[in-house]
Amino acid sequence: MRILLVDDEHELVTALSERLEIRGFVVDCAETGNDALDMASKNEHEVAILDVKMPGLSGLMLMERLAKIQPGMRFIFLTGHGCESDYRACEQAGVCSYIMKPVKIDSLVERIREAAAREKGS
Amino acid sequence: MSQHMRHVPGHRRFGLPFWQASTLPSGEKPLFNYRRIWVKTVLGMSIVALVPLVVMTLFNLYQYDKTLAAESTFPVMRLVSDTQRTIEAFLEERKAAIEFVVHDNDFAALSDQGRLQELFVRMDVAFGGFVDLGVIDETGKQLAYVGPYDLHGKNYADQDWFEQVSQRGIYVSDVFRGYRDVPHMVIAAKHDKEQGGFYIVRATIDAALLTSRINPQDGNSRSDVFIINQGGILQTTSTRSGKVLDRYSLHVPSPTSVPVVKRVEGPGGRSLILGHVYIADTPFILVVAKQHRDILSGWWKLRATLLTFLALSSAVILIVVVAVVTFLVEGAYEADMRRTITVHQMEHTSKMASVGRLAAGVAHEINNPLAIIGEKAGLIKDLFTISKTYAADERLMGLVDSILAAVERCSTITHRLLGFAKHVDVTLDDIDPAATVKEVLGLLGKEAEYREIRISLDAEDGLPKITTDRGQLQQVLLNIINNALDAVKDRGRIDIGLASYRHDRVSIVIADDGCGIGPSDQKRIFEPFFTTKKEKGTGLGLSITYGLVQKLGGEIRVDSELGKGTRFTVLLPIRPARNTTGQGER
Repeated sequence: MRILLVDDEHELVTALSERLEIRGFVVDCAETGNDALDMASKNEHEVAILDVKMPGLSGLMLMERLAKIQPGMRFIFLTGHGCESDYRACEQAGVCSYIMKPVKIDSLVERIREAAAREKGS
Repeated sequence: MSQHMRHVPGHRRFGLPFWQASTLPSGEKPLFNYRRIWVKTVLGMSIVALVPLVVMTLFNLYQYDKTLAAESTFPVMRLVSDTQRTIEAFLEERKAAIEFVVHDNDFAALSDQGRLQELFVRMDVAFGGFVDLGVIDETGKQLAYVGPYDLHGKNYADQDWFEQVSQRGIYVSDVFRGYRDVPHMVIAAKHDKEQGGFYIVRATIDAALLTSRINPQDGNSRSDVFIINQGGILQTTSTRSGKVLDRYSLHVPSPTSVPVVKRVEGPGGRSLILGHVYIADTPFILVVAKQHRDILSGWWKLRATLLTFLALSSAVILIVVVAVVTFLVEGAYEADMRRTITVHQMEHTSKMASVGRLAAGVAHEINNPLAIIGEKAGLIKDLFTISKTYAADERLMGLVDSILAAVERCSTITHRLLGFAKHVDVTLDDIDPAATVKEVLGLLGKEAEYREIRISLDAEDGLPKITTDRGQLQQVLLNIINNALDAVKDRGRIDIGLASYRHDRVSIVIADDGCGIGPSDQKRIFEPFFTTKKEKGTGLGLSITYGLVQKLGGEIRVDSELGKGTRFTVLLPIRPARNTTGQGER
């Protein structure tokens, strides 16, 4: 399964992508929104894991753009803040999961599988 | 915030709160000195209202008094002159009758007993009041006599009246008893004979007739009308001063031919209005006495009515002034108090908000590096698990697991801080009350652990979820449990019970075995700025708690016994009533 992982924290992205790869996922990493859009146009991803707050394109805006490129893409959001308004906005936008940092790898894997199992476009 | 202020009127129970208030309950100086304002306003308004009333009343009284003093002498004056005319006419008639008899008859005719009898009958018919009629010669011997007494041949030469009439020609005597021992007066006229010498015609009038003539016509007049002679002997019976021929108790008034009215001190210190006049050509002085009190009785009534009215209206004015001023000053004082409470609450709220923002910021900032630590440690663990060299190394795996456990603990703390950070509006969620209590205990658990305080949570089975604001409920519980922790000693206990209450509410009971709250303090613990923690407390915690519970449509109660412990009961609706849901519902 191919996953797109986007977070502005370099150290987090490298460690998390490696752990996911150990668990059998193919992970494309991006540290900015534009990198992520590039990658999305090159390969097809089933699930994207996005940070809510990033410099430049925010998580939600990035989600809109990515959904245009790959309409079947499912989204999981990571946040260090847990802000209620973000949570509601994600809920309305049909985000599959909303997870507070730091994450437990097992629960993240579970969420990825749940998201991937959802019907496309939901 | 408005909910907190509902307690303010509670201060009223303690009399006039502004009276003692040199400081507001918040410890601030009041905007105004309310006591001075009260005193000044009451005095000012009372003076403005009462002075004109008192001045008008006193001026009226003075005017009435003056008018009445003038008018009290007038009726006496009139009575004196009326009676004077009556008496003068009475005496003139009789004097004229006798003079006519003297001039119309010669001595011989008058000396004739039969002729005299005839004349007496005619006179008595024409004028009345004559008791007898006699003719006396110049030696004083009574020559002829008609009347009820046997006075024929009596000699009057040594009597005073005889000498007087001999000299004056016509004479009206005092009242005296004389031979007959009955009070009477004499009118006598002298006639000179042509051949020299003279004779006297003398008529006697009963003194009782004089009394009856001068008695006032109107029965209800309280005037005492009587006649005295110049020697101060009563000539007629007086209702107050005595009988005929008694001595008059007051000074004989000075001679005057026109009526004079004076106010004098009578016997027993009573004030009298005294009128008198000398009756011309007689020894008589007509006196009219009237008790000043009688004249003034109407005046006293009027004065009493006026003064009663003044007293009553003054009392009403004072009561109204005091009531209105008290009401207004109390209102101002309460507004001032509310102002300081609002200011304090705003400060508190903004402080809490800043603390919340700070906590959220810190939590957020920590979360990111924490996530990196977690992922790096997780990666190490993953690599160790894959590697044949390290997979069996329990020590290294144990170290990594410790790091991961520490990250987990930190993340629990940061998540809680974020959860408490921002809850301004009522945002409704379906909440498991037991879980919420546990979350709060998670925050306070450490302190309880250090102090070995046992906290038990007993939740009823099948407790429903409640629709309420999580953050505000957390704050309510946090405040109450915090208070309980402050109240209990080390190794004390706090019991928390959750149960359904009357099918539409959930009760949360937080009971401690701490120091308890006295009955007088129990009434006040929800008031802003009331604290028993001295410097430690702001006095706002329970006031805010009360406000929050009200905002959530619930109730809060306290039962406490000094030395035994305190039990707070919070009742929350399972479904919020429409008007308490609020702005936060989406």
